[in-house]
Amino acid sequence: MESIIYNFFNVEVMIRARYLLWLGLQVTLKLAFLSLLLAILVGLFLAVLRNLRIPLLNALIIIYVDLFRALPTIVLFMLVYFTWPYFGISLPRYWSAVVALTINGGAYFEEIFRAGIESIDKGQTEASRALGLSFTQTMFSVILPQAVRVVLPPATSNALELIKTTVLASVIALPELMKQAQQAHGSLANPTPLIMAALIFLVLLWPLVRLTGYLERRFAK
Amino acid sequence: MSKVLVEIDNLHKYFGKDEVLKGINMSIRVQDVVCLLGPSGAGKSTLLRCINRLEEPTSGHIYIDGEEITGHGVDLNYMRSEIGMVFQHFNLFPHLNALENCTLALIKVRKMRKKEAEERAIDVLRQVGLENKANTKPKELSGGQQQRVAIARALSMNPKLMLFDEPTSALDPELIGEVLDTMIDLAEQGMTMIVVTHEMGFARKAATRVSVLDQGLIIEDNTPDKVFDAPEHPRTKEFLSKIL
Repeated sequence: MESIIYNFFNVEVMIRARYLLWLGLQVTLKLAFLSLLLAILVGLFLAVLRNLRIPLLNALIIIYVDLFRALPTIVLFMLVYFTWPYFGISLPRYWSAVVALTINGGAYFEEIFRAGIESIDKGQTEASRALGLSFTQTMFSVILPQAVRVVLPPATSNALELIKTTVLASVIALPELMKQAQQAHGSLANPTPLIMAALIFLVLLWPLVRLTGYLERRFAK
Repeated sequence: MSKVLVEIDNLHKYFGKDEVLKGINMSIRVQDVVCLLGPSGAGKSTLLRCINRLEEPTSGHIYIDGEEITGHGVDLNYMRSEIGMVFQHFNLFPHLNALENCTLALIKVRKMRKKEAEERAIDVLRQVGLENKANTKPKELSGGQQQRVAIARALSMNPKLMLFDEPTSALDPELIGEVLDTMIDLAEQGMTMIVVTHEMGFARKAATRVSVLDQGLIIEDNTPDKVFDAPEHPRTKEFLSKIL
């Protein structure tokens, strides 16, 4: 019992590690928030675009979605961070992580939004267009408000995935929460910081897990 | 004779290799009420949907008020905003109440102010006898009421032409009457209408002309009395004998 407390819940280590973890948490939150926002926008934009049914454009979108769903996210992080300098572009770690999470998350969100849009009866588009509404007006005033119901549960679940994926940024040494915890673990020779990071993630994400479950029940038909 | 509102000139429509319309010629005058009749698969709905280009004609020309609406460079949204359409399955916007169903296009397409649009919407809802349902969502209305709201939604744009695509086919028998009555009212007020329907009673009462389509061609085009009482084409006789 004493060794469990010493190794995993060591108060002295907690106090010494708290600043590092606080810095890490800030990076994680910023990374998660920005990437989530961008990924949703990319996914929504592509899903709407796909509805224009332009064959070449749709082929490109399908290639994008397939590619980044097939590619392990950790590989994507490394590709973005380590290969771009060879093309003369050097992105800082933080922005590399944002780019990787956005293109990966965007691919998943595109699929979710597309399914939502396709679930709305074709008659809705016809009635809108027959009234003189443009494609964009039809999308934003008629189709998307109805698709929200269908999209919300899987989108929340995907958001959760994306936030968890931020820890992979540690492979490019971005000092997010997990990286800082590892750092503290190493320098203090005690695994307590890892437990702390785990608890922070739990507190952060558990409400979202509940929310996903709630939305799934609420919108289940 | 009133002036020509819709002129259809040698209209062809293919779906893949299927020729659904095989050269339709029609001329519809202001205040005409034309009923399109014919067996299923004859091309009635396709013809109707070509008139506001929900279906793209393969070849041929359509003129509305003397202006060609087929071909490139036509402002489709503007053209459509002047043609009302009523669908078999109503296609009301389920997330909006009856009033909002009627104001949406006024605000988005006609750029009307909300208040002005709402006044207009109440007017048209009153016209179909549903001003007391303005705040009701479609799913809380009966099928007949939904279709009347759909008619009001189309009327809100003050269209010069109304297209009806089997407006009573999805309704329970006891709800058909109220929709037909609304349409008869409209016809009496002088609305130009093209109606795909199997309702012979409506055709006799309200139509100025009945056009019979069969296999993509108009085989008979005459007054309702002539078509129903003394059809000329054997296929018309055959079709009428099945539905009367």
